[in-house]
Amino acid sequence: MSVNENLATTANYLLYGSMASYTVAFLGFTLDLAGGAARAERVALASAPQRELAAVGAQGPLRDDAPTAPPVVPPARRKAAGIGVSLTLLAVLLHVAAVAVRGVATQRPPWGNMYEFATAGSAVVALVFVATLRWRDLRYLGTFVIGPVLLMLGLAVTVLYTRAGQLVPSLKSVWLAIHVSVAFISSALFTIAFSLTVLYLVQERRERSGAAKRSFMDALPRARELDLASYRLHAVAFPLWTFTLVAGAIWAENAWGRYWGWDPKEVWTFVIWVVYAGYLHARATRGWQGRKAATLALAGYGCILFNFLVVNIFFVGFHSYAGVS
Amino acid sequence: MSATPADPSTEPAPQLPRLGPVGTVRFVWRQLTSMRTALFLLMLLAVAAVPGSVLPQRGVNPGQVTAYFQTHPGTAPWIDRLGGFDVYASVWFSAIYLLLFVSLVGCVLPRTRQHLRAMRSQPPAAPRRFERMPAHREVEVDASPDEVLRAARAVLGSRRYRVRADGSELSAERGYLRETGNLVFHLALLGLLLAVAAGHLLGWRGDVVVAVGDQFSNTSVAYNSLNAGPWVDVSALPPFQLDLDRLDVAFEQRGPQQGQPRDFRATVTSRAAPGAASQRSVVEVNHPLQVDGASVFLLGNGYAPVITVRDAKGTELYSAATPFLNQDGNYTSVGVVKVVGAARQIGLQGLFLPTVAFSDGRLPVSVFPDLKNPALALTPFVGDLGLSSGQPQSVFVLDTAKMQRLQGRDGKPVRLLMAPGDTAQLPDGLGSVTFDRVERYAGFSVRHDPGRVWALASAIAAMVGLGLSLFVPRRRVFVRARPVESRDGSPRTVVETAALARGEDTGLDDELDRLIAALRPQRHTTLEEAPA
Repeated sequence: MSVNENLATTANYLLYGSMASYTVAFLGFTLDLAGGAARAERVALASAPQRELAAVGAQGPLRDDAPTAPPVVPPARRKAAGIGVSLTLLAVLLHVAAVAVRGVATQRPPWGNMYEFATAGSAVVALVFVATLRWRDLRYLGTFVIGPVLLMLGLAVTVLYTRAGQLVPSLKSVWLAIHVSVAFISSALFTIAFSLTVLYLVQERRERSGAAKRSFMDALPRARELDLASYRLHAVAFPLWTFTLVAGAIWAENAWGRYWGWDPKEVWTFVIWVVYAGYLHARATRGWQGRKAATLALAGYGCILFNFLVVNIFFVGFHSYAGVS
Repeated sequence: MSATPADPSTEPAPQLPRLGPVGTVRFVWRQLTSMRTALFLLMLLAVAAVPGSVLPQRGVNPGQVTAYFQTHPGTAPWIDRLGGFDVYASVWFSAIYLLLFVSLVGCVLPRTRQHLRAMRSQPPAAPRRFERMPAHREVEVDASPDEVLRAARAVLGSRRYRVRADGSELSAERGYLRETGNLVFHLALLGLLLAVAAGHLLGWRGDVVVAVGDQFSNTSVAYNSLNAGPWVDVSALPPFQLDLDRLDVAFEQRGPQQGQPRDFRATVTSRAAPGAASQRSVVEVNHPLQVDGASVFLLGNGYAPVITVRDAKGTELYSAATPFLNQDGNYTSVGVVKVVGAARQIGLQGLFLPTVAFSDGRLPVSVFPDLKNPALALTPFVGDLGLSSGQPQSVFVLDTAKMQRLQGRDGKPVRLLMAPGDTAQLPDGLGSVTFDRVERYAGFSVRHDPGRVWALASAIAAMVGLGLSLFVPRRRVFVRARPVESRDGSPRTVVETAALARGEDTGLDDELDRLIAALRPQRHTTLEEAPA
């Protein structure tokens, strides 16, 4: 079984195309965000009288002749954000196609080395964002989601790039499809959750200090909402990470004869699990909610990055599949 | 803990209540089982696990530990004293996770008791002031209070709430599975720990090298290395046998990944005991063989040159497929031959190269892992092999302390470089060495772990419990109906509802909206709608 070189090259071009598209989308989202502060202020001004009205209305039964129609706030035309969304959609299509074509070219799940893990994982990040956009307007988050995607892809094509090839025998297992795919899906969710946690910490700080200074942060949701959204993503990502750990142990039992052997990659997967378990516990511990818990989430993501970028490449162990030379 | 100040000028120390021995124990137990301590121990566990990924570990790779001692003679003994090469068996690591589990048990057992009680009893009574709840709604409807309560009861019942009626009030609770899942998750972790411990005490693992055509019998002496738990009787291992019939290997032939392994496959004949019915099967990476309660894994492979040593008269002194251990991705392999039958013991130190390449003035190297141009380089020694010293010796190492290198007529040390089929004469009339052919060998790891099924079951239970504890909403809903007289004098009912959740729950308002929508007939007047 050999690699179809033509298809592998096509996959690379598709990925370059998606990166170009992400880049323009990123610029669009960023421009939109820059204009967001002014927009947020206009909306605040326009809706102030409306709030008063509502307060009056609550005093007694509503009269039919009362001017109930709210003053019209012209829906801001967010051209840059529109461009961002369209180009993100295009980029995601190209990105997913690139991953799929690489899989066809190599006749195996396209996540057998670090390059492939990074490209497939970042595709999930973008997919989750696009899917969420369908029912909630999260365009203001575009910069903070597409930015990391671009970073990951940039790292993938420059440092981690590995030519399409076959797998070593230990990776030839149905568990590659299960264990590794859940690992990068969960990593992708942790990535978005990380982005939201950082934004939460910034927003929380601004709210606490009562910052009057106008900033693009005004366009973003309030700290409480950012915190809840990040928690929900963590709450989905954590069981998936648990599954990664268990599926990995089952595979290790099958391939190496032991389900747990304190291989460096196993150690770090465990460390990540423990740190995020700490995050979930902290949210339920008095005195640890809010900022302190968020710090633990940041530490958890730091461990994920360390596990991916440092352990894979520099630590010798059973999991040395990086393919980076 | 005397509160009498020695110096009257100092302020009197605050009068602390005496704890007494029981009180102290209770105090320590409370601290240990508090969430804050659990959180601290979790973080400590994460930090403590890290050194084991940086430093070489005896349990993972003892060779690397030895190498570390050689390269860091100053620091290595200190790291060793602190348990740095056995992190996961060290006192401090064990102390952290054992304390964590004690804390877990101390937290989970009382909660289990409480939860069992809660599951048998009615939901708690409705609070007096609903507007203090996280979600709260109030509407006025035409139906009578009794009708409203009956309807609310039906709606809540259909949404799997457990409902308690208290005169004009209802209190309802759902999502007991959330707590059940949480408790199952934590208890399953305890189960996992016990399963791992059982595997450690009752399991064993052996590594053995078997050349193609050879047989392996599962006895403790047949292994190159055997690790058995303290409760294992190594003289009573299951008596199965394995014949290695074939070993097929494949390497990437060209391209940038040339030489990478692609496929290893061992064909074996196994018997549960000597003389029992035999069965042919294939052992591959990721496809172990189950035999007689043990699993056989194919973890390595290499070359075993068949070497024959004869004395000057042509009598065979040694003839065997001799496994050489590979040192790199191109299977540059090292091995030794120990010949004891002769008057002077002979030792051969060898280097086997499956695809040999020569460069000027250097040692020959292997450039491809498969047999394209095999060569065997041997350095002969004579003297005392040291086998009678009583010290156990590795079959892969030659102890040359009491041996000398053989020298040729020119006075230079002899070095034999042979291709398959070659025979070379040893100097001093010692005889000859023949490199007959090359066999492959398989490195098998045989493992018996009685705990693994329980570990898997615990892990699955933990995952199910985790899912329930994170995704089942635990909610309480309260309803109060009180009759009022409307402006036109007809009797009406004010319905107050409130909801409360355990943990983060953004669905409370929707829950109340659904309930109210079901209670409201077509015509209604809104008194007040108070979102959370």
